Amino acid sequence: MAISMKNQAAIAGIGTTAFSKNSGVSELALACEAVRNCLADAGLAPGEVDGLVTYTLDSSDEVEVARAVGLGDLTMFAKINYGGGAAVGLIQQAVMAVTTGAAKNVVVWRAMNGRSGQRMGQGVSGNIISSDLIHWSWYMAYGMLTPVSWVTMIANKYLHKYGVTAGHLAEVAITQRNFALNNPAAAGYGKPLTLAEYLASKKITDRLCIYDCCQETDGGTALLITSAERARDLKQKPAVIRGVTQAATRGQEQMTSFYREELDSLPEMELAAKRVYAMAGLGPADIDAACLYDAFTPEVLMQLESFGFCKRGEGKDFAADGNLRLDGRLPNNTHGGLLSEAYIHGVNNVAEGARLIRGTSSNQPKEVNHVLVSSGVGVPTGALILGRD
Amino acid sequence: MATTGRIKPPLGHDNKWWWDQVAAGTLALQRCSQCHTLRHPPRPMCGECQSLSWDSIPASGRGTVASFTILHHPQFPGYQYPLIIVLVDLEEGLRITAGLSDCDPADVAFDMAVEAYIHEDADGFRIPMFRPATGRKI
Ligand SMILES: [Zn+2]
Repeated sequence: MAISMKNQAAIAGIGTTAFSKNSGVSELALACEAVRNCLADAGLAPGEVDGLVTYTLDSSDEVEVARAVGLGDLTMFAKINYGGGAAVGLIQQAVMAVTTGAAKNVVVWRAMNGRSGQRMGQGVSGNIISSDLIHWSWYMAYGMLTPVSWVTMIANKYLHKYGVTAGHLAEVAITQRNFALNNPAAAGYGKPLTLAEYLASKKITDRLCIYDCCQETDGGTALLITSAERARDLKQKPAVIRGVTQAATRGQEQMTSFYREELDSLPEMELAAKRVYAMAGLGPADIDAACLYDAFTPEVLMQLESFGFCKRGEGKDFAADGNLRLDGRLPNNTHGGLLSEAYIHGVNNVAEGARLIRGTSSNQPKEVNHVLVSSGVGVPTGALILGRD
Repeated sequence: MATTGRIKPPLGHDNKWWWDQVAAGTLALQRCSQCHTLRHPPRPMCGECQSLSWDSIPASGRGTVASFTILHHPQFPGYQYPLIIVLVDLEEGLRITAGLSDCDPADVAFDMAVEAYIHEDADGFRIPMFRPATGRKI
Protein backbone atom coordinates (compact mmCIF):
# COMPACT_ATOMS: atom_id res chain seq x y z
CA MET A 1 0.00 0.00 0.00
CA ALA A 2 1.21 3.46 -0.81
CA ILE A 3 2.41 5.61 2.10
CA SER A 4 0.48 8.87 2.50
CA MET A 5 2.60 12.00 2.74
CA LYS A 6 -0.30 14.12 4.00
CA ASN A 7 0.48 15.90 7.30
CA GLN A 8 3.63 13.81 7.84
CA ALA A 9 6.15 16.63 7.55
CA ALA A 10 6.43 20.35 8.15
CA ILE A 11 8.56 23.32 7.24
CA ALA A 12 10.26 24.04 10.56
CA GLY A 13 12.94 26.55 9.60
CA ILE A 14 13.40 29.45 7.21
CA GLY A 15 16.76 31.04 6.46
CA THR A 16 17.73 33.70 3.97
CA THR A 17 20.67 35.86 3.12
CA ALA A 18 20.30 39.51 2.19
CA PHE A 19 18.87 39.88 -1.32
CA SER A 20 20.99 42.17 -3.48
CA LYS A 21 22.21 42.89 -6.98
CA ASN A 22 25.84 42.21 -6.08
CA SER A 23 26.57 39.94 -3.13
CA GLY A 24 30.35 40.13 -3.46
CA VAL A 25 30.62 36.54 -2.22
CA SER A 26 30.48 33.06 -3.76
CA GLU A 27 27.27 31.16 -4.33
CA LEU A 28 28.60 28.58 -1.86
CA ALA A 29 28.92 31.31 0.77
CA LEU A 30 25.31 32.35 0.12
CA ALA A 31 24.15 28.73 0.42
CA CYS A 32 26.00 28.23 3.71
CA GLU A 33 24.64 31.46 5.15
CA ALA A 34 21.06 30.58 4.19
CA VAL A 35 21.39 27.06 5.64
CA ARG A 36 22.96 28.32 8.88
CA ASN A 37 20.22 30.94 9.29
CA CYS A 38 17.57 28.31 8.61
CA LEU A 39 18.90 26.00 11.31
CA ALA A 40 19.20 28.89 13.78
CA ASP A 41 15.61 29.86 13.02
CA ALA A 42 14.45 26.31 13.72
CA GLY A 43 16.73 25.71 16.68
CA LEU A 44 18.20 22.56 15.18
CA ALA A 45 21.89 21.69 15.55
CA PRO A 46 23.76 21.42 12.22
CA GLY A 47 24.89 17.91 13.15
CA GLU A 48 21.28 16.72 13.06
CA VAL A 49 20.80 17.48 9.36
CA ASP A 50 20.96 14.22 7.39
CA GLY A 51 19.35 15.16 4.07
CA LEU A 52 19.99 17.90 1.48
CA VAL A 53 18.17 18.88 -1.70
CA THR A 54 18.85 21.67 -4.17
CA TYR A 55 18.53 22.57 -7.85
CA THR A 56 20.47 21.00 -10.71
CA LEU A 57 21.16 24.64 -11.59
CA ASP A 58 22.65 25.32 -8.15
CA SER A 59 26.44 25.51 -8.28
CA SER A 60 27.00 24.35 -4.70
CA ASP A 61 27.42 20.61 -4.21
CA GLU A 62 25.64 19.02 -1.31
CA VAL A 63 28.79 17.79 0.40
CA GLU A 64 30.51 21.17 0.00
CA VAL A 65 27.61 22.79 1.85
CA ALA A 66 27.60 19.99 4.42
CA ARG A 67 31.33 20.33 5.05
CA ALA A 68 31.29 24.11 5.29
CA VAL A 69 28.26 24.30 7.60
CA GLY A 70 29.31 21.28 9.67
CA LEU A 71 26.29 19.14 8.95
CA GLY A 72 26.00 15.52 10.08
CA ASP A 73 26.15 12.21 8.24
CA LEU A 74 23.98 12.42 5.15
CA THR A 75 21.63 9.60 4.14
CA MET A 76 19.76 11.41 1.33
CA PHE A 77 20.87 14.07 -1.16
CA ALA A 78 19.33 15.02 -4.46
CA LYS A 79 19.16 17.71 -7.09
CA ILE A 80 15.97 18.61 -8.91
CA ASN A 81 15.84 19.75 -12.52
CA TYR A 82 14.02 22.51 -14.44
CA GLY A 83 15.00 25.82 -12.90
CA GLY A 84 12.13 27.42 -10.99
CA GLY A 85 10.05 24.32 -11.65
CA ALA A 86 12.16 22.63 -8.99
CA ALA A 87 11.02 24.80 -6.06
CA VAL A 88 8.18 22.58 -4.89
CA GLY A 89 10.06 19.49 -6.07
CA LEU A 90 12.64 20.11 -3.36
CA ILE A 91 9.89 19.98 -0.76
CA GLN A 92 8.47 16.81 -2.28
CA GLN A 93 11.86 15.08 -2.06
CA ALA A 94 12.22 16.18 1.55
CA VAL A 95 8.72 15.02 2.50
CA MET A 96 9.29 11.63 0.83
CA ALA A 97 12.53 11.25 2.77
CA VAL A 98 10.98 12.22 6.09
CA THR A 99 7.90 10.04 5.54
CA THR A 100 9.88 6.95 4.55
CA GLY A 101 12.73 7.41 6.98
CA ALA A 102 15.34 7.99 4.27
CA ALA A 103 16.31 11.08 6.30
CA LYS A 104 14.97 12.81 9.39
CA ASN A 105 15.94 16.46 8.97
CA VAL A 106 16.23 17.67 5.41
CA VAL A 107 17.48 21.10 4.40
CA VAL A 108 16.60 22.36 0.93
CA TRP A 109 18.11 25.50 -0.56
CA ARG A 110 18.71 27.66 -3.59
CA ALA A 111 21.54 30.18 -3.58
CA MET A 112 22.66 32.13 -6.59
CA ASN A 113 24.41 35.20 -7.86
CA GLY A 114 21.53 35.66 -10.29
CA ARG A 115 22.41 39.27 -11.06
CA SER A 116 26.15 39.76 -10.54
CA GLY A 117 27.06 36.29 -11.81
CA GLN A 118 25.20 34.40 -14.52
CA ARG A 119 22.20 36.68 -15.06
CA MET A 120 19.05 34.58 -15.07
CA GLY A 121 17.27 36.82 -17.59
CA GLN A 122 19.94 36.07 -20.21
CA GLY A 123 18.72 32.49 -20.52
CA VAL A 124 20.64 30.17 -22.83
CA SER A 125 22.69 33.01 -24.29
CA GLY A 126 25.03 32.40 -21.37
CA ASN A 127 25.79 29.21 -19.53
CA ILE A 128 22.40 28.24 -18.17
CA ILE A 129 22.11 25.16 -20.33
CA SER A 130 21.71 21.80 -18.70
CA SER A 131 21.89 18.43 -20.40
CA ASP A 132 19.18 19.22 -22.92
CA LEU A 133 21.35 21.08 -25.39
CA ILE A 134 19.60 19.65 -28.43
CA HIS A 135 16.25 20.84 -27.10
CA TRP A 136 17.54 24.42 -26.96
CA SER A 137 19.09 24.08 -30.40
CA TRP A 138 15.66 24.56 -31.98
CA TYR A 139 15.44 28.09 -30.53
CA MET A 140 18.98 29.42 -30.16
CA ALA A 141 19.69 30.12 -33.82
CA TYR A 142 16.56 32.25 -34.04
CA GLY A 143 17.68 34.40 -31.12
CA MET A 144 15.00 32.93 -28.86
CA LEU A 145 17.36 32.81 -25.93
CA THR A 146 15.64 34.22 -22.87
CA PRO A 147 12.90 33.15 -20.46
CA VAL A 148 10.81 36.16 -21.47
CA SER A 149 10.99 35.14 -25.13
CA TRP A 150 9.71 31.63 -24.38
CA VAL A 151 7.04 32.76 -21.92
CA THR A 152 5.66 35.44 -24.23
CA MET A 153 5.05 32.88 -26.97
CA ILE A 154 2.44 31.08 -24.86
CA ALA A 155 1.23 34.12 -22.91
CA ASN A 156 0.61 36.06 -26.13
CA LYS A 157 -2.00 33.56 -27.27
CA TYR A 158 -3.64 33.57 -23.83
CA LEU A 159 -3.69 37.38 -23.62
CA HIS A 160 -5.07 37.65 -27.14
CA LYS A 161 -7.77 35.02 -26.71
CA TYR A 162 -9.14 36.37 -23.44
CA GLY A 163 -8.67 40.09 -24.02
CA VAL A 164 -6.14 40.60 -21.24
CA THR A 165 -4.80 44.18 -21.29
CA ALA A 166 -1.73 45.88 -19.90
CA GLY A 167 -4.02 47.22 -17.16
CA HIS A 168 -4.79 43.68 -16.02
CA LEU A 169 -1.12 42.75 -15.89
CA ALA A 170 -0.37 46.02 -14.08
CA GLU A 171 -2.79 44.99 -11.33
CA VAL A 172 -0.62 41.92 -10.65
CA ALA A 173 2.63 43.90 -10.75
CA ILE A 174 1.42 46.82 -8.64
CA THR A 175 -0.35 44.66 -6.04
CA GLN A 176 2.87 42.77 -5.42
CA ARG A 177 4.95 45.95 -5.42
CA ASN A 178 2.63 47.34 -2.77
CA PHE A 179 3.33 44.25 -0.66
CA ALA A 180 7.07 44.78 -1.13
CA LEU A 181 6.75 48.29 0.28
CA ASN A 182 6.20 46.65 3.68
CA ASN A 183 9.00 44.08 3.30
CA PRO A 184 12.46 45.52 4.06
CA ALA A 185 14.13 42.48 2.45
CA ALA A 186 12.45 43.15 -0.90
CA ALA A 187 13.99 44.73 -3.99
CA GLY A 188 10.81 46.79 -4.30
CA TYR A 189 11.05 48.15 -0.74
CA GLY A 190 10.85 51.93 -0.82
CA LYS A 191 10.05 51.90 -4.54
CA PRO A 192 6.34 52.49 -5.14
CA LEU A 193 5.06 51.72 -8.64
CA THR A 194 2.25 53.71 -10.23
CA LEU A 195 0.08 52.69 -13.17
CA ALA A 196 1.51 55.60 -15.17
CA GLU A 197 5.07 54.41 -14.52
CA TYR A 198 4.08 50.87 -15.44
CA LEU A 199 2.48 51.94 -18.72
CA ALA A 200 5.44 54.16 -19.67
CA SER A 201 8.11 51.58 -18.90
CA LYS A 202 10.54 49.80 -21.20
CA LYS A 203 9.05 47.07 -23.38
CA ILE A 204 10.83 43.73 -23.16
CA THR A 205 8.59 41.93 -25.65
CA ASP A 206 5.54 43.10 -27.56
CA ARG A 207 3.30 42.18 -24.63
CA LEU A 208 5.50 42.48 -21.54
CA CYS A 209 7.26 45.45 -19.98
CA ILE A 210 10.06 45.49 -17.43
CA TYR A 211 7.58 45.41 -14.52
CA ASP A 212 5.99 42.23 -15.87
CA CYS A 213 9.33 40.48 -15.39
CA CYS A 214 10.83 39.23 -12.16
CA GLN A 215 13.95 40.46 -10.41
CA GLU A 216 17.44 39.14 -10.99
CA THR A 217 18.88 38.58 -7.54
CA ASP A 218 21.99 37.59 -5.63
CA GLY A 219 20.92 35.67 -2.55
CA GLY A 220 19.88 32.40 -1.00
CA THR A 221 16.96 30.82 0.83
CA ALA A 222 16.97 27.58 2.80
CA LEU A 223 14.16 25.64 4.45
CA LEU A 224 14.20 22.82 7.02
CA ILE A 225 11.71 20.00 6.53
CA THR A 226 11.28 17.52 9.35
CA SER A 227 8.50 15.35 10.73
CA ALA A 228 5.42 17.21 11.98
CA GLU A 229 6.08 15.63 15.37
CA ARG A 230 9.67 16.85 15.58
CA ALA A 231 8.67 20.27 14.26
CA ARG A 232 6.45 20.77 17.30
CA ASP A 233 9.52 20.54 19.56
CA LEU A 234 11.50 23.13 17.59
CA LYS A 235 11.42 26.90 17.94
CA GLN A 236 8.87 27.91 15.29
CA LYS A 237 5.24 27.21 14.59
CA PRO A 238 5.25 24.38 12.02
CA ALA A 239 3.87 24.87 8.53
CA VAL A 240 2.45 21.40 7.99
CA ILE A 241 2.66 19.98 4.48
CA ARG A 242 -0.88 18.87 3.58
CA GLY A 243 -0.11 18.01 -0.01
CA VAL A 244 2.81 18.21 -2.42
CA THR A 245 3.42 16.99 -5.96
CA GLN A 246 5.54 17.46 -9.04
CA ALA A 247 3.83 17.63 -12.42
CA ALA A 248 4.79 17.30 -16.09
CA THR A 249 2.28 16.40 -18.77
CA ARG A 250 2.27 14.88 -22.26
CA GLY A 251 3.96 17.15 -24.76
CA GLN A 252 5.85 18.90 -21.95
CA GLU A 253 9.08 20.67 -22.79
CA GLN A 254 11.29 22.88 -20.71
CA MET A 255 9.91 26.41 -21.35
CA THR A 256 8.90 25.57 -24.91
CA SER A 257 5.74 23.47 -24.66
CA PHE A 258 4.62 25.07 -27.91
CA TYR A 259 3.49 21.94 -29.68
CA ARG A 260 0.32 21.07 -27.80
CA GLU A 261 -2.94 21.85 -29.48
CA GLU A 262 -3.96 24.46 -26.92
CA LEU A 263 -1.64 27.33 -26.06
CA ASP A 264 -3.94 29.16 -23.68
CA SER A 265 -3.65 27.05 -20.52
CA LEU A 266 -1.09 25.25 -18.34
CA PRO A 267 -1.78 21.49 -18.44
CA GLU A 268 1.05 20.68 -16.02
CA MET A 269 -0.33 23.17 -13.51
CA GLU A 270 -3.79 21.62 -13.86
CA LEU A 271 -2.25 18.24 -13.08
CA ALA A 272 -0.45 19.75 -10.07
CA ALA A 273 -3.74 21.26 -8.88
CA LYS A 274 -5.64 17.99 -9.20
CA ARG A 275 -2.95 16.05 -7.36
CA VAL A 276 -2.27 18.50 -4.57
CA TYR A 277 -5.94 19.11 -3.80
CA ALA A 278 -6.62 15.36 -3.76
CA MET A 279 -3.69 14.64 -1.45
CA ALA A 280 -4.66 17.44 0.92
CA GLY A 281 -8.37 16.65 0.78
CA LEU A 282 -8.95 20.32 0.02
CA GLY A 283 -10.22 22.48 -2.82
CA PRO A 284 -9.78 26.05 -4.04
CA ALA A 285 -12.41 27.29 -1.54
CA ASP A 286 -10.16 26.15 1.33
CA ILE A 287 -7.14 28.18 0.20
CA ASP A 288 -6.79 31.51 2.04
CA ALA A 289 -3.63 32.87 0.44
CA ALA A 290 -1.21 31.87 -2.29
CA CYS A 291 2.29 32.22 -3.60
CA LEU A 292 1.68 31.52 -7.29
CA TYR A 293 4.93 31.46 -9.24
CA ASP A 294 5.35 34.89 -10.72
CA ALA A 295 8.43 35.13 -12.92
CA PHE A 296 6.12 36.97 -15.36
CA THR A 297 2.73 38.58 -14.64
CA PRO A 298 0.59 36.59 -17.14
CA GLU A 299 1.62 33.41 -15.33
CA VAL A 300 -0.29 34.52 -12.24
CA LEU A 301 -3.53 35.03 -14.18
CA MET A 302 -3.19 31.68 -15.95
CA GLN A 303 -2.59 29.84 -12.68
CA LEU A 304 -5.70 31.34 -11.06
CA GLU A 305 -7.53 29.34 -13.70
CA SER A 306 -5.36 26.20 -13.39
CA PHE A 307 -5.99 26.03 -9.64
CA GLY A 308 -9.73 26.66 -9.96
CA PHE A 309 -10.01 30.09 -8.35
CA CYS A 310 -11.94 31.24 -11.40
CA LYS A 311 -13.07 29.91 -14.78
CA ARG A 312 -10.91 29.74 -17.92
CA GLY A 313 -10.32 33.23 -19.26
CA GLU A 314 -11.49 34.96 -16.08
CA GLY A 315 -8.12 35.36 -14.36
CA LYS A 316 -8.00 38.97 -15.52
CA ASP A 317 -11.38 39.74 -13.92
CA PHE A 318 -10.45 37.97 -10.69
CA ALA A 319 -7.35 40.16 -10.46
CA ALA A 320 -9.12 43.35 -11.57
CA ASP A 321 -11.64 42.89 -8.75
CA GLY A 322 -8.77 43.29 -6.27
CA ASN A 323 -8.78 39.64 -5.20
CA LEU A 324 -4.98 39.38 -5.09
CA ARG A 325 -4.68 42.24 -2.61
CA LEU A 326 -4.42 41.91 1.18
CA ASP A 327 -8.18 42.30 1.72
CA GLY A 328 -9.09 40.28 -1.38
CA ARG A 329 -10.21 36.70 -1.78
CA LEU A 330 -6.68 35.38 -2.37
CA PRO A 331 -3.80 37.58 -1.19
CA ASN A 332 -0.99 36.48 -3.49
CA ASN A 333 2.77 36.79 -2.98
CA THR A 334 2.45 38.94 0.13
CA HIS A 335 6.25 39.30 0.32
CA GLY A 336 6.33 40.90 -3.14
CA GLY A 337 7.07 37.65 -4.92
CA LEU A 338 9.63 37.06 -7.62
CA LEU A 339 8.46 40.30 -9.24
CA SER A 340 9.16 42.58 -6.30
CA GLU A 341 10.97 40.72 -3.50
CA ALA A 342 13.68 38.61 -5.13
CA TYR A 343 14.22 35.88 -7.68
CA ILE A 344 15.51 32.98 -5.65
CA HIS A 345 14.01 30.65 -8.21
CA GLY A 346 10.78 30.27 -6.24
CA VAL A 347 12.22 29.02 -2.95
CA ASN A 348 11.56 32.47 -1.49
CA ASN A 349 7.88 31.97 -2.43
CA VAL A 350 7.83 28.69 -0.49
CA ALA A 351 9.41 30.52 2.45
CA GLU A 352 6.63 33.12 2.33
CA GLY A 353 4.06 30.33 2.31
CA ALA A 354 5.53 29.08 5.61
CA ARG A 355 5.55 32.62 7.04
CA LEU A 356 1.88 33.03 6.18
CA ILE A 357 1.11 29.89 8.20
CA ARG A 358 3.29 31.13 11.07
CA GLY A 359 1.48 34.48 10.91
CA THR A 360 4.71 36.42 10.37
CA SER A 361 4.34 37.79 6.84
CA SER A 362 5.09 41.48 6.48
CA ASN A 363 1.58 41.60 4.96
CA GLN A 364 -0.27 39.09 7.09
CA PRO A 365 -3.90 38.51 6.08
CA LYS A 366 -6.42 38.12 8.93
CA GLU A 367 -6.97 34.39 8.91
CA VAL A 368 -4.78 31.94 7.05
CA ASN A 369 -5.43 28.24 7.43
CA HIS A 370 -4.12 27.03 4.09
CA VAL A 371 -1.62 28.44 1.62
CA LEU A 372 -1.05 27.22 -1.91
CA VAL A 373 2.45 27.52 -3.41
CA SER A 374 3.38 26.65 -6.97
CA SER A 375 6.70 26.36 -8.74
CA GLY A 376 7.87 27.40 -12.19
CA VAL A 377 5.44 28.04 -15.03
CA GLY A 378 6.08 26.64 -18.50
CA VAL A 379 8.41 24.00 -17.11
CA PRO A 380 7.89 20.68 -15.35
CA THR A 381 6.57 22.03 -12.08
CA GLY A 382 4.69 21.26 -8.87
CA ALA A 383 2.36 22.51 -6.18
CA LEU A 384 2.31 22.54 -2.40
CA ILE A 385 -0.37 23.18 0.22
CA LEU A 386 0.72 24.25 3.68
CA GLY A 387 -1.54 24.28 6.71
CA ARG A 388 -1.57 24.99 10.43
CA ASP A 389 -0.62 22.29 12.91
CA MET B 1 18.69 40.50 -41.23
CA ALA B 2 21.96 40.59 -39.35
CA THR B 3 24.49 38.35 -40.94
CA THR B 4 27.17 37.77 -38.36
CA GLY B 5 27.13 36.49 -34.83
CA ARG B 6 24.02 34.33 -35.10
CA ILE B 7 24.25 31.62 -32.46
CA LYS B 8 24.71 28.33 -34.26
CA PRO B 9 22.63 25.39 -33.05
CA PRO B 10 24.58 22.79 -31.09
CA LEU B 11 24.48 19.61 -33.16
CA GLY B 12 24.07 16.00 -32.12
CA HIS B 13 22.69 12.69 -33.39
CA ASP B 14 19.10 13.81 -33.07
CA ASN B 15 19.21 17.14 -34.93
CA LYS B 16 22.25 17.31 -37.22
CA TRP B 17 20.45 15.51 -40.05
CA TRP B 18 17.74 18.20 -40.02
CA TRP B 19 20.22 21.06 -40.30
CA ASP B 20 22.07 19.14 -43.03
CA GLN B 21 18.80 19.06 -44.99
CA VAL B 22 18.35 22.80 -44.40
CA ALA B 23 21.86 23.37 -45.71
CA ALA B 24 20.80 21.42 -48.79
CA GLY B 25 17.74 23.66 -49.18
CA THR B 26 14.99 21.55 -47.58
CA LEU B 27 12.73 22.13 -44.60
CA ALA B 28 12.36 18.53 -43.44
CA LEU B 29 9.69 16.90 -41.29
CA GLN B 30 10.61 13.74 -39.43
CA ARG B 31 8.32 10.76 -40.09
CA CYS B 32 7.99 7.46 -38.25
CA SER B 33 8.83 4.58 -40.61
CA GLN B 34 6.41 2.26 -38.83
CA CYS B 35 3.20 4.26 -38.27
CA HIS B 36 4.06 7.26 -40.51
CA THR B 37 3.24 9.83 -37.82
CA LEU B 38 5.07 13.10 -38.44
CA ARG B 39 6.86 14.78 -35.55
CA HIS B 40 8.65 18.04 -34.78
CA PRO B 41 10.99 18.99 -33.22
CA PRO B 42 12.79 15.77 -34.17
CA ARG B 43 13.31 13.09 -31.52
CA PRO B 44 14.82 9.60 -31.70
CA MET B 45 11.61 7.66 -30.97
CA CYS B 46 8.00 7.82 -32.13
CA GLY B 47 5.75 8.66 -29.17
CA GLU B 48 2.83 6.90 -30.85
CA CYS B 49 4.32 3.46 -31.60
CA GLN B 50 7.78 3.62 -29.92
CA SER B 51 9.60 2.84 -33.15
CA LEU B 52 13.20 4.02 -33.44
CA SER B 53 13.16 3.98 -37.22
CA TRP B 54 12.26 7.09 -39.13
CA ASP B 55 12.72 8.98 -42.37
CA SER B 56 11.68 12.46 -43.40
CA ILE B 57 9.57 14.30 -45.95
CA PRO B 58 10.00 17.84 -47.28
CA ALA B 59 7.50 20.30 -45.80
CA SER B 60 5.29 22.32 -48.11
CA GLY B 61 6.30 25.35 -46.05
CA ARG B 62 2.75 26.67 -45.99
CA GLY B 63 1.08 27.43 -42.68
CA THR B 64 -0.56 29.91 -40.37
CA VAL B 65 0.67 31.77 -37.29
CA ALA B 66 -0.44 29.98 -34.09
CA SER B 67 1.35 32.47 -31.83
CA PHE B 68 4.24 34.88 -31.94
CA THR B 69 6.58 36.93 -29.82
CA ILE B 70 8.27 40.18 -30.74
CA LEU B 71 11.47 40.69 -28.78
CA HIS B 72 12.86 44.10 -27.83
CA HIS B 73 15.24 43.35 -24.91
CA PRO B 74 17.72 42.02 -24.06
CA GLN B 75 19.44 42.40 -27.43
CA PHE B 76 22.15 40.02 -28.61
CA PRO B 77 24.66 40.58 -31.41
CA GLY B 78 23.74 38.87 -34.64
CA TYR B 79 20.01 39.65 -34.50
CA GLN B 80 17.93 42.66 -35.53
CA TYR B 81 15.34 44.05 -33.16
CA PRO B 82 12.43 44.07 -32.82
CA LEU B 83 12.97 40.37 -33.50
CA ILE B 84 9.86 38.46 -34.59
CA ILE B 85 9.53 34.76 -33.80
CA VAL B 86 6.50 32.76 -34.82
CA LEU B 87 4.91 29.42 -34.10
CA VAL B 88 3.57 28.15 -37.38
CA ASP B 89 0.88 25.52 -37.80
CA LEU B 90 2.06 23.79 -40.96
CA GLU B 91 -0.50 22.37 -43.34
CA GLU B 92 0.98 18.92 -42.64
CA GLY B 93 -0.46 19.19 -39.11
CA LEU B 94 2.76 19.98 -37.25
CA ARG B 95 3.86 23.12 -35.49
CA ILE B 96 7.30 24.68 -35.92
CA THR B 97 9.15 27.61 -34.34
CA ALA B 98 11.05 30.00 -36.61
CA GLY B 99 11.82 33.63 -37.39
CA LEU B 100 9.52 35.83 -39.44
CA SER B 101 10.91 38.31 -41.98
CA ASP B 102 9.52 40.77 -44.52
CA CYS B 103 6.82 41.85 -42.08
CA ASP B 104 6.37 45.01 -40.03
CA PRO B 105 6.08 44.06 -36.34
CA ALA B 106 2.74 45.90 -36.20
CA ASP B 107 1.37 43.66 -38.96
CA VAL B 108 2.08 40.29 -37.34
CA ALA B 109 -1.23 38.63 -36.53
CA PHE B 110 -2.67 35.39 -35.23
CA ASP B 111 -3.76 33.06 -38.05
CA MET B 112 -1.95 35.03 -40.76
CA ALA B 113 -0.82 32.88 -43.69
CA VAL B 114 2.95 32.46 -43.96
CA GLU B 115 5.38 30.52 -46.11
CA ALA B 116 8.82 29.11 -45.39
CA TYR B 117 12.04 29.90 -47.21
CA ILE B 118 15.68 29.06 -46.56
CA HIS B 119 17.64 32.13 -45.49
CA GLU B 120 21.42 32.24 -45.94
CA ASP B 121 23.66 34.33 -43.68
CA ALA B 122 26.77 36.07 -45.03
CA ASP B 123 28.90 33.29 -43.52
CA GLY B 124 26.93 30.70 -45.51
CA PHE B 125 24.86 29.37 -42.60
CA ARG B 126 21.37 28.44 -43.77
CA ILE B 127 18.24 28.54 -41.65
CA PRO B 128 14.50 28.18 -42.36
CA MET B 129 12.53 31.41 -41.97
CA PHE B 130 8.94 32.40 -42.66
CA ARG B 131 7.47 35.43 -44.41
CA PRO B 132 3.89 36.52 -45.15
CA ALA B 133 2.44 34.17 -47.78
CA THR B 134 2.97 35.24 -51.38
CA GLY B 135 2.31 31.97 -53.16
CA ARG B 136 5.99 31.53 -54.05
CA LYS B 137 7.63 28.14 -53.53
CA ILE B 138 10.42 27.46 -51.01
ZN1 LIG C 1 5.30 5.49 -35.00
